[in-house]
Amino acid sequence: MDAVFLSRIQFAFTAAFHFIFPTLTLGMGLLILINETIYLKTDKELYKNISKFMIKIFALIFTLGVSTGIVLEFSFGTNWSSFSRIVGDIFGAPLAAEGVLAFFLESVFLGVLLFGRDKISKKAYWVSAFLVFFGSHLSGLWIIIANSWMQTPAGFVMEGGRAVLTDFFAAAVNHSTAQRFIHTVVGGWMSGSLFMAGISAWYILKKRDLNYAKPILKLSLIVFITCSFLQFGAGHYHAVQVAKTQPVKMAAFEGLWDTEKGAGLSVFGFPVESEKKTYLDIRIPRLLSLMIHGNLDGEVQGLNDFPTDLHPPVFLTFQSYHVMIGLGGLFALISSIGLLLMIRKKLYETDWFLKVLLFSIPLPVISNEMGWMAAEIGRQPWIIQGVLKTADAASVVVPAWQVLATIIMFTILYALLFLFFIKFLVALIKKGPEKVIATDGY
Amino acid sequence: MDTLTFLQIIWFVLIGILFAGYAVLDGFDLGIGSLLPYLAGSDEKKTAVIFKTIGPVWDGNEVWLITAGGALFAAFPHAYATVFSGFYLALMIVLFGLILRAVSIEFFTLEEKNKQRWAKTFFLGSILPSILFGVALGNVIIGVPLDSGMEFRGSFFTLLRPYPLVIGLLGLSAILMQGITYAMLKTDGEINESAAGLSGKIYYGYAALFVISLILSYVFIPERMSIIPAWIATIVFALSMAALKYFLAAKSELKAFFSSSLAFISLWGIAGAIQFPVLVKSIESSSLDITIYNASSGKLTLSVMLGIALAGMPVVIAYSIYVYRVFRGKIKMHN
Ligand code: HDD
Ligand code: HEM
Ligand code: HEM
Repeated sequence: MDAVFLSRIQFAFTAAFHFIFPTLTLGMGLLILINETIYLKTDKELYKNISKFMIKIFALIFTLGVSTGIVLEFSFGTNWSSFSRIVGDIFGAPLAAEGVLAFFLESVFLGVLLFGRDKISKKAYWVSAFLVFFGSHLSGLWIIIANSWMQTPAGFVMEGGRAVLTDFFAAAVNHSTAQRFIHTVVGGWMSGSLFMAGISAWYILKKRDLNYAKPILKLSLIVFITCSFLQFGAGHYHAVQVAKTQPVKMAAFEGLWDTEKGAGLSVFGFPVESEKKTYLDIRIPRLLSLMIHGNLDGEVQGLNDFPTDLHPPVFLTFQSYHVMIGLGGLFALISSIGLLLMIRKKLYETDWFLKVLLFSIPLPVISNEMGWMAAEIGRQPWIIQGVLKTADAASVVVPAWQVLATIIMFTILYALLFLFFIKFLVALIKKGPEKVIATDGY
Repeated sequence: MDTLTFLQIIWFVLIGILFAGYAVLDGFDLGIGSLLPYLAGSDEKKTAVIFKTIGPVWDGNEVWLITAGGALFAAFPHAYATVFSGFYLALMIVLFGLILRAVSIEFFTLEEKNKQRWAKTFFLGSILPSILFGVALGNVIIGVPLDSGMEFRGSFFTLLRPYPLVIGLLGLSAILMQGITYAMLKTDGEINESAAGLSGKIYYGYAALFVISLILSYVFIPERMSIIPAWIATIVFALSMAALKYFLAAKSELKAFFSSSLAFISLWGIAGAIQFPVLVKSIESSSLDITIYNASSGKLTLSVMLGIALAGMPVVIAYSIYVYRVFRGKIKMHN
């Protein structure tokens, strides 16, 4: 095993682990802000208390997000130092801007959110809640700017083997930043809202803490339903962008080998790279062409149009993409049922649906993870599309055994962190809003 | 001076400020963490009080490091790449420390049975980075083996030479000084007394390590001993230490804390003056040094970043001061 391969494993593992938490933070930040806004407007204690309860859970999740994020920030230097040398001129800037403009905001004001309620005015507290929400979304924006530049680089020239910035705005707002940001944020809102919906569904099933559980369920379900419909639009808009800027990736998403006019949208299949064939290939005729070109006969490029050494690992790209979309379909179904039950005012009595909500808690997180896998694996062999190959990006001086050693250490450490995270999360939930609010923390 | 040179110098200074800001701010919570076993023993209530003194602010403090790292990446990518890949294992240990630290406070709060476990991980996660930061800086100052591609050519043990180790201890003592003065400032009763009791010992250790470092510098980097700004910073350091001694004796806790902070900042001033314009020194030949001139990003990146820093950092500092004011005052032990 070479150091490049090991660094890929380490990055994939640490990034995927980190990303569990931001998705939840983004969504819960939104819910907290909504509750604080209602409280500010109506002065009803209930919403303040709901918010207090959510902030306690939020803090736990946030802590995990913070501690796993630093690893990624430094990994560009530790494991991808050639990458850093070659594109530091462009790639470092968003990371630094993220620190100055976003991380400070969210972490300084989270302190206020957690410990400052009695020390400042109601309005100032609302502003803090807003700044935490705003800061975490801004940090998402900057990191997605960095990532989108790797997917669709712009605003630079290559000089003496190094990328040199020529247009900051073009580099930041490149061809995929907007699409990726909207899609990821909506994905995060779905994770956070279904998470709270599932927890409140559990209280209702247990017939406890109902005065809290019902309003939480209602609010988070409304957010979830809205987002799961929005996500179709956002995802579509994103897919059109990928088809234009990264056609190989789109072909891999769809398991499409030959260029076709009137290509079908893949629903299921097993693409096999060595045979250049997709088994059990089920498609909706012409839909892919329609979605990308707005016309039933549009031409979609297949993988065979590109040299094999520029193909991403097709099987993984294809399956992770399909799991994401499949789950997206499932969320739309859950949302439709939820909407119906809400209209008929039967939401709180329909036990089976409450159970569905409870057991679906991890699904949006999985969907988010799969989306990133598709986007990142589908970009291979490039680390920066068309500019730099992953194989040439790793640190040259870090020997494989050291990376292996740190992978083992991260695996053990993260497994422990995750176990404790779950343990404390479950304990907080079991304790229930009433008691959680009453204990001041330390 | 052309614009590029000007920007490179500005960024050298700005990154120095970011690291110094990190040292002063996270310094006090790293320091209090490294002193936790002494200040709180296995007393749960005391541990809780100590965590409460830093609870609302430690994460914001740590962002200084993240931002300094990001700024180094953006402004001097080669220096970032060389140091972070070259010191791979050492940095990973720092990261493990920071991860443990970050989760310990939260887990301590939520744990019902074995709270002490998280006090221990917090201690470990504080003391490891506190030593290693200085060791890394010491290495950058006396120089490491570099090749013509700016890559680090030493091993893990290159890092553990005597001079860097002494600088590591100096860094640790500066951090402990921050921690102990902060503890005195933010607590009363028993914790405050035991902190005051230890502050003298830390003070003399700190001063002694500074003198030893100075002597070793004559041995290891004699060519750097005639830099005037470094001596000016040394004088500031000596004055702050004198003030610190005075305020400790007078029990002026806030002023003691500020004196300790100023001493720490002047240490960074000394380091910056000795280094300029070198970022990572080559042990073999100065032609292989990584400097602000051969390691930097282009003009456009440096200017855009300068704009962001000048617009952003004053705001950050303003609201940080606001938040520190919201949480001012001592944390009382309540039963
Ligand atoms: C779309 C969202 C998103 C994505 C894709 C990432 N992050 Fe993240 N990150 C956040 C959204 C976020 C956040 C919501 O802002 C976090 C999560 C919880 C938190 O505390 O802030 C955060 C925390 C966080 C922190 C700690 C900040 C602090 O101490 O306050 C760092 C250093 C990073 N991240 C760095 C990264 C890097 C280098 C990434 C990619 C390689 C990355 N994040 C992916
Ligand atoms: C947070 C969600 C993310 C997840 C789950 C994720 C996942 C992955 C995965 C699975 C890989 C491995 C691909 C492979 O080697 O086959 C990868 C690679 C990589 N990604 Fe991401 N990624 C995320 C975000 C980001 C962001 C925001 C950036 C940059 C700003 C980024 C930069 C990279 C880099 C540098 C590599 C290493 C080189 C490579 O293997 O391609 N990733 N990521
Ligand atoms: C329902 C239809 C959906 C469509 C058509 C769709 C489309 C896409 C496409 C084309 C990409 C790849 C972008 C790239 O390669 O750069 C992507 C990535 C992603 N998807 Fe989806 N998606 C859908 C549903 C979802 C859902 C339900 C979630 C999460 C709850 C989700 C979360 C993500 C994430 C986090 C990424 C990676 C970041 C990015 O590149 O935007 N997607 N999606």
